[in-house]
Amino acid sequence: MKKLKVGILGSGNIGTDLMYKVERSDLLEMSVMIGIDPLSDGLKRAKNRGYETISTGIEGLAQHLDLVDIVFDATSAYAHQTNSDLLTAAGKKVIDLTPAAIGPFVVPTVNLTEFLDKDNVNMITCGGQATIPIIHTISRIVPVDYAEIVATISSRSAGPGTRANIDEFTSTTSRAIEVVGGAKKGKAIIILNPAEPPIIMRDTIHVLVAEEGHGEEINESIKQMVNAVQAYVPGYSLKADTVFEGKKISVFVEVEGAADYLPAYAGNLDIMTASAVQVANEMARHFLHEKEGIV
Amino acid sequence: MKRDFTILDVSLRDGSHSVRHAFTEEQVRATAKGLNAAGVRYFEVSHGDGLGGSSLQYGFSATDELKLIEVAASECTTSEVAVLLIPGIGTKQDLQNAVKAGAKMVRVATHVTEADVAAQHIQLARELGLKTAGFLMMAHMAPVEKVVEQAKLFESYGAEIVYVTDSAGAMLPQDVTARITALREELRCEIGFHAHNNLSMAMANTIAAVEAGATFIDGSMRALGAGAGNTQTEVMVAVLEKMGYHTGIDLYQLMNTANHVIAPLMQQPQEITGGSLILGHAGVYSSFLLHAQKAAQQYSIDERDILMKLGEMRAVGGQEDLIYEVAQTLAR
Repeated sequence: MKKLKVGILGSGNIGTDLMYKVERSDLLEMSVMIGIDPLSDGLKRAKNRGYETISTGIEGLAQHLDLVDIVFDATSAYAHQTNSDLLTAAGKKVIDLTPAAIGPFVVPTVNLTEFLDKDNVNMITCGGQATIPIIHTISRIVPVDYAEIVATISSRSAGPGTRANIDEFTSTTSRAIEVVGGAKKGKAIIILNPAEPPIIMRDTIHVLVAEEGHGEEINESIKQMVNAVQAYVPGYSLKADTVFEGKKISVFVEVEGAADYLPAYAGNLDIMTASAVQVANEMARHFLHEKEGIV
Repeated sequence: MKRDFTILDVSLRDGSHSVRHAFTEEQVRATAKGLNAAGVRYFEVSHGDGLGGSSLQYGFSATDELKLIEVAASECTTSEVAVLLIPGIGTKQDLQNAVKAGAKMVRVATHVTEADVAAQHIQLARELGLKTAGFLMMAHMAPVEKVVEQAKLFESYGAEIVYVTDSAGAMLPQDVTARITALREELRCEIGFHAHNNLSMAMANTIAAVEAGATFIDGSMRALGAGAGNTQTEVMVAVLEKMGYHTGIDLYQLMNTANHVIAPLMQQPQEITGGSLILGHAGVYSSFLLHAQKAAQQYSIDERDILMKLGEMRAVGGQEDLIYEVAQTLAR
């Protein structure tokens, strides 16, 4: 079967983890990793595994656009606009893992099929990918007036980008809780915990719904949603029983990573990269079928 | 041994936890008026978890904190309103809104090992012309060298004061002395100290901090604050004066506000009870207390067991959601 050629922009934790997940796809072919530091661990690993590497950033990639059909951008919000303009002008698909959010927010289990034709889609944040499926599944049963998420991640899994831009996490996630999750108002909180050994990522979702009740239906719907997310993030699970207190519902989720690059505690990294690859897979399926005239 | 201190009263911020974030405009107005008249230089007004803390996780504010800041600022002629900002909960936008409402000082707070998430917020605070402090929470959880390293980060971002914050009320005087002394030696900026009274050490720790060189000291009237509360501001003023220090505060005026404004609004006494004692013993963030009490009741278990477990798990400030999970596990 034909595959789409993948470029990964950014050779840090996210870019490197993406490489391992792309390798497992039937529809994607890992082609090139692009960084700006020839000595970075990510570029070294890519080279060792036999892929093309470019250490001169987006300018370097611009000379070799034939190497890619689809590009994951794991650089920074600041760099993303330029990267995206160059790539989409050349007809490439771009999956944005930065908080730039030029393209629509995508959560695979919620709204992926709406955006398969877009040139650029945004993956929100790790906290968004872990919680929006739950908010959305509740909102299908009863209107959600307010939704709030608390993401707790190990200090070791929070890279310098996350730390320098912590407000972007909260503002991007809050917006996506409304736009994709379907809550009238959204709020996001992030907590870093330095405990050793590192804690596994946990996410708590508190919502206020328009009316009490529907407990059984909501529990069943949450269970199905957890299964749906597990299809691409195997370490995604409910950590405790859902708590119903009047109109308030609290759901507790844990995300254990697949330990492709960072260890298993970094579920935050894993859910971002796994979701992005899931999006790329579906885009590839859509694109390849269209090209071959298969409906 | 006459020396100047800046005493910062946190009744209207840390006390927000104790009243379940339900301060009214009238209460804040009367408190602000009293603190201003007593000559307290700065006092803090915010949700207990800082700007943006109003949430299901920590409790919604009954009155918008920006309104409370505005009311407090309108009563100030010599005092100034401070706010607390915990990056990850509050944002730079929240700080800008607070400044519009009248805030003149901010304390940017992080867990003791995570100072680097505050760089942008501290830089913004300086650009806005605020008196700017870095607030290292749960300072008992890190060794002295780590506290120094993190305090230096705050200073490098532009903090004019770095606080050692005993959020769990878990420190003993020698722990305070070691940390403040090290910061005094390694930093050029001022050093502050914030206590909780869970082990009945708040006053003793405050004295240790002052003697080691801290110049910004926190208190709350009638000790109104999370857990067993803070160093009691009016007592602290009396003690420091007795030690020969000059506080510049009118003790009678302060006591009047404590007894006639704060005392009537207290929902429970600031006693060292089963739960609050365990906070200090196990090293747990003081605002967990009321949430743990509620969960203990819901699941028919002992609040002390919940708090001990949270201490073992090395929970940090803000992780109130862990309480449910721990309570469910204990109830099984």
